[in-house]
Amino acid sequence: MFDDTMWAFGRASGIVDLVLLTVAVLGGILTRSGRPLPGIPRFALSLAHRNVSMLAVVFLVLHVATLLLDPYAKLTIADVVVPFAGAEKPFWLGLGTVAFDLLVAVVATALLQRAIGTKAFRAVHWLTYAMWPVAVLHSVFDGTDGTDAWFVVGTVLATAAVLAAVAWRLSHGFLETQSLRGPDRLRAPQRPDAELRRVS
Amino acid sequence: MTRLDPRGASPDAPVPAARLHIDWTRCDGRGLCTELLPELLDRDEWGYPIARSLSDRSDVPVPPELEQAALDAVTLCPVIALRLTRR
Repeated sequence: MFDDTMWAFGRASGIVDLVLLTVAVLGGILTRSGRPLPGIPRFALSLAHRNVSMLAVVFLVLHVATLLLDPYAKLTIADVVVPFAGAEKPFWLGLGTVAFDLLVAVVATALLQRAIGTKAFRAVHWLTYAMWPVAVLHSVFDGTDGTDAWFVVGTVLATAAVLAAVAWRLSHGFLETQSLRGPDRLRAPQRPDAELRRVS
Repeated sequence: MTRLDPRGASPDAPVPAARLHIDWTRCDGRGLCTELLPELLDRDEWGYPIARSLSDRSDVPVPPELEQAALDAVTLCPVIALRLTRR
């Protein structure tokens, strides 16, 4: 009974964590744009990004801890840190380990941003773009429910959302400051009085 | 007893307990501080914070009732460009 509980919770917490990671990634990209949402100011979006990310860490710890206690998963302490050495499906389990290690790095440097500086923080934070797809592959191919229709549909929707956000991130007008200070703005028409002076 | 502001604002104004230091080498005008401290900071047309009090634009005097909001701004500034200094 205890084992079944661990197994069920291990699966559920993994699914919940994938949802939280997706929301955290989308929120992070939105935060980076510098733009508020209607009714939600920038600082609130930034706080939400931080809090959802911390919640994702909590669920990841629960996901790993419950499966460590579960005999079916055959997970060892080493599997938590060292990828691709597991007993069951070592490659797909290993992707989970890689995602775990990357998330630890991303969150630790985010919490230490003040100590390590913004440049180092930003460099490591980019690893999120590697962490998220690795976590998705681990969920689909190592997860017991990974190839169920509902899970696949959810994963496709999440992937579409993240891809759209990344495309927006890479687009020209992504940053709010681009529209405030960018070349678009420099090409803006001159002051009307300057125009008048030229005519006269 | 009312001390005078050594930075030469209004001579009658009491010295504020804290000042919000803006590090202009780091500030990117992300706009979080101007949302959290609308009483102290306006946003210029390029997005950068601009102190409403003209006394000191890089060390903005913070009245006690706004210290918590200033601390929030310091914590949430995404490029660590803010610092709260107390005398």
